[in-house]
Amino acid sequence: MTRYLSDSALERLREAADAPDLSGTRYRLVEKLGQGGMGGVFCVEDTELERRVALKVISVPDGEGALSARLLQEARVIAKLEHPGIVPVHDAGVMPDGRPYYTMKLVQGKRLDEYLGTTTNLSDRLRIFLRICDPVAFAHAHGVLHRDLKPANVMIGPFGEVLVMDWGLSKMLQSGEATGPLASQNSETAGATPSSMQTAHGSVLGTPGYMAPEQVRGDTKLDQRADVYSLGTILQFLIADASPAPKALVAIRQKATATDAAERYLTVPELAADVAHFLDGMSVSAYPEGPFGRAWRWIRRNQVWILLLLAYLLARTLLIFWRPR
Amino acid sequence: MGRDTSIGGAQHQFPSTRFSLIEGVRSGNPQERERALDTLVGAYWKPVYKYIRLHWNKESEPAKDLTQEFFVHLMERHLLDRFDPARARLRTYVRVCVDGLVMNEDKAAQRFKRGGDRTFVPLDFESAEGEIRPLEIAAPDDPETLFAREFARSLFGLAVDRLKHECDEKKKSVHYQLLDLYDIEEGGKMLTYDEVARRFGIKPTDVTNYLAYARREFRRVVLDELRGMTATEEEFRREAQTLLGVKP
Repeated sequence: MTRYLSDSALERLREAADAPDLSGTRYRLVEKLGQGGMGGVFCVEDTELERRVALKVISVPDGEGALSARLLQEARVIAKLEHPGIVPVHDAGVMPDGRPYYTMKLVQGKRLDEYLGTTTNLSDRLRIFLRICDPVAFAHAHGVLHRDLKPANVMIGPFGEVLVMDWGLSKMLQSGEATGPLASQNSETAGATPSSMQTAHGSVLGTPGYMAPEQVRGDTKLDQRADVYSLGTILQFLIADASPAPKALVAIRQKATATDAAERYLTVPELAADVAHFLDGMSVSAYPEGPFGRAWRWIRRNQVWILLLLAYLLARTLLIFWRPR
Repeated sequence: MGRDTSIGGAQHQFPSTRFSLIEGVRSGNPQERERALDTLVGAYWKPVYKYIRLHWNKESEPAKDLTQEFFVHLMERHLLDRFDPARARLRTYVRVCVDGLVMNEDKAAQRFKRGGDRTFVPLDFESAEGEIRPLEIAAPDDPETLFAREFARSLFGLAVDRLKHECDEKKKSVHYQLLDLYDIEEGGKMLTYDEVARRFGIKPTDVTNYLAYARREFRRVVLDELRGMTATEEEFRREAQTLLGVKP
């Protein structure tokens, strides 16, 4: 007769089967942090360095090795991208049960979608957006597309640091795929093996609602404008509460998420520049203004000086009319 | 009771290489076909019985009849020949077939009463009935969730039995007992490794290693059992995600 398992026993066995097999490694399991479609992320203790790190491991069977290759590619991509906005990788290897893993810095913060409740100020949100753009632009400059940018993949650390996470779907651009500033920098993708460059070619990977149309279609030749589109959807997510959203900001979002990639910003720095200009009260490329619009923006930008000038003129006028006789 | 073991006859033979259940059921080789059906019944009879009891609110006796009828129906009508893995998971297909049978319950009951010469599948309903009671309290409304949970319970149960058997054969019974203590019995995790080491007469470091071995083997056995229950690699991966609680 088959052994009966209670609900709690079933849950414990599920955890036991899913947990990383750390025997023979320097790591000791602390707790599970999260779960994605491909693998789980666990908090583990590095017993040699006496610190806690995050360990990512494949959870599902991987008969053909495609997931293992992708995890390894992710680790290598992150290892190459040394940037304050990208979590550093510490170590990679294979567990005794054959599953590959890598360890990275343990980030204890909030996901962007969870963090937004703590700040309603539009300027603060746009500054966060600019800090999301930084590591993405850095990755593009090193020939790497993220391909899964969304609020859930952005972490805000306890000291306000902004980190772009989950590079599991990232892709190395091949020569000829890049346009603009990337074209001359593709030689810096050294270490990208042919297999890593071909990973997931032709297959639709990403998150619906955040993916560029060409990514949804499964186009094989994506470029940085696919990430520009995803950043545009994040911008939309950040400004959704602003009612009504400033027209220039809406125009930036619309340009970033244009259905036709040719109508989008060519690069992330161009998108970031427009957002920065908006923050500084300057004109943005996505929103052509007429003379009245320019004048109004000039007034808003210089309103303090204008008010001081008006106050001065008013005082002088009063002095003229009410001068004691 | 002796024939009970034949329900999951394959469980006690533990073939070293897994075969596809669907290929086996469709096979022209009678032995392979019988083995595949044994495996299918072994994994699914409890989920089917509990599903009929809880989701369809059937009393014990009608549920037993319907469960028997379902598997006889499955075999005689070659229902699995119509299963298309591109359209649904096997688990879902089985559940939908059960729904179809129960919805035509009256007709089925008449056929069942007439079928005096058929060979019924011997099933240990008393054990399944005993498992129903705790489930009645927490039975989810969603039929798919209920069936998936009971299928997971059945498959994990088979895997635990197989792991025990394999550990006994390899003279690693203590490894299995540690898994049993920590992951199956209630309260096992409250014990420290030192306490457990004293209880089993082993070193505390062995507790870690033995437990890691048992869990690693358990994962392997669960996935191996599951592979046998699925028709394609894609279905296997999706079922594994569900079984291990991984977000697809």
